[in-house]
Amino acid sequence: MPFYDELYKFQDKLQHVLTRHEQGATHAAQGYARVSGKVGVCVATSGPGATNLITGIADAMIDSTPMVCITGQVPSHLLGSDAFQETDIIGISTPVTKWNYQITDVSELPEVMAKAFYIARSGRPGPVLIDITKDAQFASFDFEYTPCKSVRSYKPVPKINTDAIEEANALISKAKKPLIVWGQGVILGKAEAEFKAFVEKSNIPAAWTILGVSAIATDHPLNVGMVGMHGNYGPNKLTNECDLLIAIGMRFDDRVTGDLSDYAKQAKIIHLEIDPAEVNKNVAVDVAVLGDVKETLPLLTKEVIAKPYSDWIAEFKRHDEIEFEKVIKDDLHPTKEGLTMGEVLKEINRASNDDAVIVSDVGQHQMIACRYARFSNSKSNITSGGLGTMGFALPAALGAKMGAPEREVVAIIGDGGFQMTIQELGTIFQTQAAVKVVVLNNEFLGMVRQWQQLFFDKRYASTEMTNPDFVKIAEGYSIDAKRVSKREDLGAAVDEMIASDKPYFLEVCVEKEANVFPMIPSGASVSDIRLS
Amino acid sequence: MEKKYTISIYTENSVGLLNRVSTIFQRRHINIISITSSASEIENVSRFVIVVNLTEVAVKKIVGQIEKQIEVIKAFYHTDEETIFQESALYKVASKSLFEERHIQNIIKNSHANIVTVNTEFFVIEKTGFRHETEQLYNDLAPYGLLQFVRSGRISVTKSPMNIKALLTELNDKNQTDE
Repeated sequence: MPFYDELYKFQDKLQHVLTRHEQGATHAAQGYARVSGKVGVCVATSGPGATNLITGIADAMIDSTPMVCITGQVPSHLLGSDAFQETDIIGISTPVTKWNYQITDVSELPEVMAKAFYIARSGRPGPVLIDITKDAQFASFDFEYTPCKSVRSYKPVPKINTDAIEEANALISKAKKPLIVWGQGVILGKAEAEFKAFVEKSNIPAAWTILGVSAIATDHPLNVGMVGMHGNYGPNKLTNECDLLIAIGMRFDDRVTGDLSDYAKQAKIIHLEIDPAEVNKNVAVDVAVLGDVKETLPLLTKEVIAKPYSDWIAEFKRHDEIEFEKVIKDDLHPTKEGLTMGEVLKEINRASNDDAVIVSDVGQHQMIACRYARFSNSKSNITSGGLGTMGFALPAALGAKMGAPEREVVAIIGDGGFQMTIQELGTIFQTQAAVKVVVLNNEFLGMVRQWQQLFFDKRYASTEMTNPDFVKIAEGYSIDAKRVSKREDLGAAVDEMIASDKPYFLEVCVEKEANVFPMIPSGASVSDIRLS
Repeated sequence: MEKKYTISIYTENSVGLLNRVSTIFQRRHINIISITSSASEIENVSRFVIVVNLTEVAVKKIVGQIEKQIEVIKAFYHTDEETIFQESALYKVASKSLFEERHIQNIIKNSHANIVTVNTEFFVIEKTGFRHETEQLYNDLAPYGLLQFVRSGRISVTKSPMNIKALLTELNDKNQTDE
């Protein structure tokens, strides 16, 4: 209350967005942070307000999103007394925060808040939670604001080891079949230009993780696509044929590597990484180049000598052709009656000139969105990568629109995940943020259904959804809404949505039992990737 | 192969850090054999000593995760051979057995234990040493009836220098140039 009473006085300076649920506030803060590169902020009251933040904080932690969460707390003399709406949010949030702190004395406020923002955005970014007891909120004192520029015990960026740079350069110069796999570290490090320079000068094919995509344009000739469970055929297969794997700002997540005992065993591995704890965590590497990729990449670019790698690059093209024939053709240019998720993405690409911010939720539509969305600019793919949080996209899209109001923001959501944070339609209505919301409705929790079909003999246990009338719900919030279920209506509906300068809701009824391929079955090797 | 490792952590002295450190073990389903936290040789810097059974690959990763915590200054891991370590134990025994059982006096003398306090009802013996020594004294005293027994976690210092003071000076200097 005292906090909000002060906010009331600063309405013209500080925009506050009232989400309908605290989880929505965290995802909106994440969307804002991911699209802008700035720290997202959310505020919640003590007790249930604070615990409702936890999913978003855990999501931000695993996806390295800079965020500061401020929670209210009971007065300090009531701590530990089971007071009304008291919860040990410091204890609860410890494993999922980069740092957290409880303020019981108002004089700590300026220093702690400055430190919170510094920690959240520096080094490998992450969420910070600051819990403020009610007595500290009521107290006042004269303060001077000093920005935080360092914390004694905290080393955000490790020192660059010049020997490692030399060793990496030596490995690159010897390689005949090198492959780059880049992750979000390139974007978080604001190193897109340095990365592009390295790729172009070295002429090495480069593949991305779902959080790394958009660091260079989709149509870049050396961009060979996505690695991982539903990634592209070529980069997955060829991970086990390359002689040098250059991992840049990525963490060898299990969805990327599949079976570790059969992952790039034939290759030398170079890992460019800001977080020393990530080195040799999942994959033992030959050379670890610690540091900020913005600083380390130019050191590699300086020495690298381009080679044609003609046969090697042709291998990616050959695999692309196979994938196009077996998968992409039917996804993007279907001849059967039912609408595919892929063709919806194709229409969105067309209508937005390959330059929308795509915010996806979690499941089949997410994999389709990451596979087929085309990007021209960085920070354009926002999704819950590590935690896989259904319900992420609707509030994250709202935050993204606020972080980049000049950009087209399109949320791609399944019918399952949409209903996990559906109440944030209310926030979109109230703020009139021009978010375009696309629900790809297959009346199933589609990814789980796909696994049930492939690995559990089609026993669809609790994955079928009986859905409400989504268009009516959107209209209930006075949001322009449309439902499409025929191919001939799709293009015009997407055009109408993109042309709108207001929030817009589009439901597309897609094929119910379609599957996402390629697929590396859980626990299988990247070379066991299936096309059907 | 799993082995006994002593993890030493120098940290800022702050509320909640014990939880932040212990949760790193809990999350990986690792049982901590012993943990102690105390002042260190540097003012306002705490030192944790944690003993675990792990493979070297696993202990390296754990130390990496610990060092990543904002308020951790530096973390190390060492084998028994690389450290000097001790544990302390206290044994509370009924006073009457001291007078009725002559043998108990020999046990105390031979074990090089100290008598901390004696009164009409009980006396307390303190023994500092290796685990097998405090266990031996426990086994020797148990037949006479132990009213209470408690043993501390391991405390240890390393044979090689840790150079934390130099590191802190470097960090402080760096911070000053940053500002």
